[in-house]
Amino acid sequence: MSGTFLPVLAGHAESTDVAAPATPRNVPYHGGAANPTADALRAQFGEAIHRVDVVWGETTVFVDRMQVGAIVRWLHDDAQQRYDYCSDITAVEYRDLERPIEVVWHLRSIPFRRFIRLKALLAKGQPFVVPSVYDIYRGADWLERECYDMFGIRFEGHPDLRRLLMWEQYKEGYPLRKDFPLRGRFSRSEQLRQILSQNPEAKYSMEELNVLEAFDELPADMRQRLGKGERVGE
Amino acid sequence: MGLSPRPDANVVTVDPQSQESWVTTRLDFLVNWGRANSLWPMPFGTACCAIEFMATAASKFDLARFGMERMSFSPRQADVLICAGRVPFKLAPVIRRIWQQMPQPKWAIAMGACASTGNGIFDNYAVVQGIDTIIPVDVYVPGCPPRPEGLMYGIMMLQKKVMSERMADKSLRNEMEPDPRSQLYIAPALIDEVSENFGNSVHQTRSGL
Repeated sequence: MSGTFLPVLAGHAESTDVAAPATPRNVPYHGGAANPTADALRAQFGEAIHRVDVVWGETTVFVDRMQVGAIVRWLHDDAQQRYDYCSDITAVEYRDLERPIEVVWHLRSIPFRRFIRLKALLAKGQPFVVPSVYDIYRGADWLERECYDMFGIRFEGHPDLRRLLMWEQYKEGYPLRKDFPLRGRFSRSEQLRQILSQNPEAKYSMEELNVLEAFDELPADMRQRLGKGERVGE
Repeated sequence: MGLSPRPDANVVTVDPQSQESWVTTRLDFLVNWGRANSLWPMPFGTACCAIEFMATAASKFDLARFGMERMSFSPRQADVLICAGRVPFKLAPVIRRIWQQMPQPKWAIAMGACASTGNGIFDNYAVVQGIDTIIPVDVYVPGCPPRPEGLMYGIMMLQKKVMSERMADKSLRNEMEPDPRSQLYIAPALIDEVSENFGNSVHQTRSGL
């Protein structure tokens, strides 16, 4: 969230003796070479790192769910890691009543050309709460809102945790949970009654649509152009 | 002018030698002919059906041949609402509002299986099972998506329907009156019936748990 926009070249932080990227061949299903970040994470966080899996050459690190905020912060800030791109946040529920729900973070380090997947396990029967990474990646905003909307996982510290895909007054639960009926919980007429009583213009708050509010966060050149009175689309 | 005798309204005299031309017709026919051949569509495209709709409107199939020269992207200047694609519940109040903004006379075409019935594969928690549960529909065009010929056939069916209307029948122009409390315009039991499941039980869960 710095004021200036710096272009990042993929792999520019790697040492020069690293081979140019090529499509990997003969990748084993299990047990390939782990991402070096996994060892660094073990050294840094110790007990908070539960397990490291390498599947199809991609490293998955199972971490303690309350430590996720600190771990992601470290991955983002550490000069040897620089995971600057959060490509996805989602969750997985399995067809097993005992098996915990997994919350998944996909992080990518563009300077080092690395990819890592963090997973946190949330046991069934307990409140599904994990720390938010909103203050590290602004792009996590809607990803976390979608995950909350579909799975009911609360991201502690998210400033505006509302439903994203379903409307905000949706009462039927969390649609991607395994115990959610495919057609929803209510009858079709009840579902229609609830949605038709909504005001179609009450979908967005004015803060979301107001450019003026976001003026100070815009890039400097855009501020300059808008400040001169430039109008778009008129 | 004031001195000439008042003509008898029931007698039409024609001078065969004069150059004047005469056409007699029914007013119904004339009005319907005008309406049927200048239907301005309001496209409500949400999915792949809208691509076929665009192909229909483009030069190869040329919807303008049927009087739909102008796509009316404002509901207030539109005659026929063409709903092309699936309608999620979140869009239900939107399409209802658009329909209420359209002035009479107005018609609706449900283009494709999703708009007509919900299409089975979208028999889920998020999709309206046929827009006829939200607004009255005149013509259903089956297909997933229907080819442009299919849509044009549906439009010609609508034109036939318009041609057969009678101005004396005021009920044709009745505005939809939703129930003020539930906002539904047909009985809830009827909605449950027309949106009958295609195999997904209300109680069936994703995993069978």
